[in-house]
Amino acid sequence: MRLAARFEIAFHQYLNERAEAVAEHALLTDWPRLTDFYRHMATTRRLDQKAVALQRTGQLGTYASCLGAEAVAVGAGTALQTDDVHVPYYRDQAIQLLRGVTMAEILLFWGGDERGNDYQAPGARQDLPNCIPIATQLTHAAGVAAAIQYRGQHRAVLATCGDGATSRGDFHEALNVAGVWRLPLVVLINNNQWAISVPRSAQTASETLAQKGIGAGIECVQVDGNDVVAVFLTAREALQRARDGGGATLIEALSYRLGDHTTADDASRYRSREELNEAWTREPVKRLREYLRRHGHWSAADEQQLQEDAQRQVQAAVDSYSATPIPAATAMFDHLYAHLPRALSAQYQQLAARQGGKP
Amino acid sequence: MTGSASSDQSTDPAAPSGPVTGGSGQTTLVTANLVEAVNLALDHALAGDPDVLVLGEDVAANGGVFRATVNLKEKYGGRRVIDTPLAEGLIAGISVGMALQGLKPVAEIQFMGFLYAAMEQLVSHASRMRNRTRGRLSCPLVIRAPFGGGIKAPELHSESTEAMFAHIPGLRVVIPSSPARAYGLLLAAIDDPDPVLFLEPKRIYRMHKHQIAADGARLPLDTCFTLREGDDITLVSWGASVVDALQAADELARRDIGAEVIDVATLKPLDLETILSSVRKTGRCVIVHEAARSFGCGAEVAAQIAEHAFTSLLAPVQRVTGYDTIMPYLRSEHYYLPGAADILQAAERALQYD
Repeated sequence: MRLAARFEIAFHQYLNERAEAVAEHALLTDWPRLTDFYRHMATTRRLDQKAVALQRTGQLGTYASCLGAEAVAVGAGTALQTDDVHVPYYRDQAIQLLRGVTMAEILLFWGGDERGNDYQAPGARQDLPNCIPIATQLTHAAGVAAAIQYRGQHRAVLATCGDGATSRGDFHEALNVAGVWRLPLVVLINNNQWAISVPRSAQTASETLAQKGIGAGIECVQVDGNDVVAVFLTAREALQRARDGGGATLIEALSYRLGDHTTADDASRYRSREELNEAWTREPVKRLREYLRRHGHWSAADEQQLQEDAQRQVQAAVDSYSATPIPAATAMFDHLYAHLPRALSAQYQQLAARQGGKP
Repeated sequence: MTGSASSDQSTDPAAPSGPVTGGSGQTTLVTANLVEAVNLALDHALAGDPDVLVLGEDVAANGGVFRATVNLKEKYGGRRVIDTPLAEGLIAGISVGMALQGLKPVAEIQFMGFLYAAMEQLVSHASRMRNRTRGRLSCPLVIRAPFGGGIKAPELHSESTEAMFAHIPGLRVVIPSSPARAYGLLLAAIDDPDPVLFLEPKRIYRMHKHQIAADGARLPLDTCFTLREGDDITLVSWGASVVDALQAADELARRDIGAEVIDVATLKPLDLETILSSVRKTGRCVIVHEAARSFGCGAEVAAQIAEHAFTSLLAPVQRVTGYDTIMPYLRSEHYYLPGAADILQAAERALQYD
């Protein structure tokens, strides 16, 4: 017998769970950059906590917390260039903020207002809104990447998904075409170990999720998703390779969903307190803070200042969101088509009249 | 455009005489059947706009299993006429992504029976993107798919499930029934800034050769075409059944009964006014479609007539349709398909109603 093929999956980690540097890289002493990472991660967590609180008090719709996904999102989001395209699933709040999406827009989306998808930041105008059906965004990302390739542009696409998404056909179809067309695409799996109540172990027998890209003939790599340095460096390299015509990459980031699936979920029904407690020892925000603190680049005063700033920023967004009036009833007809077809004008008038009759 | 009889196959009985747009001004008459007209429209669109791409299974080297895309790869290259991997969900999904970047993908799904894998993309993404981003993003894509029975094709190659798609807000469903309308409507669909499902009645792909003006002129979407005028009864149809309706109208004319034949052409959004004004004139209506009867598009047309032209009706609206069964295999498909004789019977029921 001889081997027909052989494959390996690399694993990248720079900061381990004890906040110790376990590999060498100049970024590990780039304190302004690391501090910047930390600010984004901590600020996102602040927004996330507020969003959960708003939902609990009836001021927001069902919300998908990104607690535990901060390093995955900040690492990948920072690696994007402005004219790249972000194709998210629904735990990418940190990436969206980095793209210039406002906190108020994020709250509007989760508060049940389509205007939350109408990103005003120039850098986010071509980004896709949150994708709700699992993995379906990945074929969009392939299409965006194909358009970029067709036009010969020096841009890349970053698409994200969860571990559950790797079970869907769309995931494999997107990776497959990314491989055979050599598309400028990076697919990032936030493997947070849980797809609502189904653990990673019940999702697939595959040793890693990263290796699911091997069959597509693309680069595959696994990183510690609680290590923002590992995520950033890996995503940056993959995105650059994509822009340079080197094809697609699948990155599996190992993280942990520290919150419930959404505010409509109660994870205590299906996972143990012990497992959750253990996961908190590896969580990304504290890890980076501890690393910065240990090297003298973060103090209690810095932390207090950051939290106050974040709190102010979040509160301003909440105020803006709360002050945004509900859309007019007829807004559901707006943008349904580029021009409202005549066939719909009677329904439009009917709704407009009802709105007038019942304030 | 009025009622020359459909028996003359040398010219399209419903050649457009109404307002058209986008024509070059020069009239080039070409003889083409319906599938050739599709090819001519794709050729024109590719020639005129570098943002137009054709993609799908077997569309490039093979020119499509029905030859709708034949010679396009040779003419425009593999970058613009693209063989995709064999995955219909992917074809629709990458079309969404391309369209979001401002390209105008025209994707072929080989048969309507394989469109369902792409349905999630149409329902959950393509048709919603403009609305859910408040106009920030849009999906100017066209999905073409041959549909309908009558060519003795294998299982799941003969369905007519247009009603599933006509139910989707934000989508257009367009169905040509002649070479001229295939040409003009497909060009209009490619121009359209919103997603269009373009269903091609393959039973009549090669039934008639007509002279068409392949000059790039568009036909209007969201518009029914009155192919033949008449005062006694209205026959409403789309796709291959239009040919049967025209045949039935010929027979009725021999009996001195004037049948008005309407090709719906755009099922969604529906041009109700053309249908209603006809029914208000004739008082009688037969709706013809190949698809299963219950919850079909005919039911919607009938309901609209009942709501808006009730007092004009002289007889109950009749439906001539396929059955609420699985489309039978090819040896039995002729039992399933409605034809001119069925339309005549329904017309008689309506005409004799008292």
